[in-house]
Amino acid sequence: MKAVDILNKLPYTHPFLFVDELEKIDENSVTGNYTYHPDLDFYKGHFKENPITPGVILTETMAQIGLVCLGIYLLSLEKENGNGQIWMTSANVAYLKPVYPGEKVTVTSLKKYFRFNKLQCYVEMKNNKGEIVCEGTLAGMLVENNGT
Amino acid sequence: MNREEIIALLKPIVITYAPPSAALDHINEESDFITDLKINSANLVDIVLDVEEKFDITIDNQSMEKMLTVKAAIDVISDKLNEK
Repeated sequence: MKAVDILNKLPYTHPFLFVDELEKIDENSVTGNYTYHPDLDFYKGHFKENPITPGVILTETMAQIGLVCLGIYLLSLEKENGNGQIWMTSANVAYLKPVYPGEKVTVTSLKKYFRFNKLQCYVEMKNNKGEIVCEGTLAGMLVENNGT
Repeated sequence: MNREEIIALLKPIVITYAPPSAALDHINEESDFITDLKINSANLVDIVLDVEEKFDITIDNQSMEKMLTVKAAIDVISDKLNEK
């Protein structure tokens, strides 16, 4: 499965899609990037007159690239036309540096294990200077949709 | 390894992944991981992976699906240990 096919399978759209591009994906890892547009709604309130990307949004970005994209890819290896979903089940993340409006971040995820439909990954997010802005362990359960 | 020895090794693994509760103080063979110990399916996977490491066994999907109670987990562990 190609990167573009994975992006098409993502269940998100604006304003909650946090993947611009997948640079590299294989069965053990994925790298992708996203640029936080300054017009994103949450900057109006986080914080008052001091916009900084919320930690939950950074975590969501890590999950969409590092867990969901990798999960869709892994499911496609098992079943070519599968229609699986990934539910994030846990995130243990440390936030090291602020991410401001307009910043581009690169997320790299390394698979720790994929067993019994649970995918656990070590995920790192870097800014344009190559500094780690957050890192941690994310996990999700992969569920095959048997419907249409 | 008898059932008492297995449950003694199993308890600390279960406690690591279960939310704090009174039921944890009374883990016994009849304890149900999901309804009694409030362990979710994602954490159940971690318990099974730790069990594999602790007992040096491999648990297949079919066995995993059976492991919903402490009793069933001991049965699976015991069977896998006997196969070795």
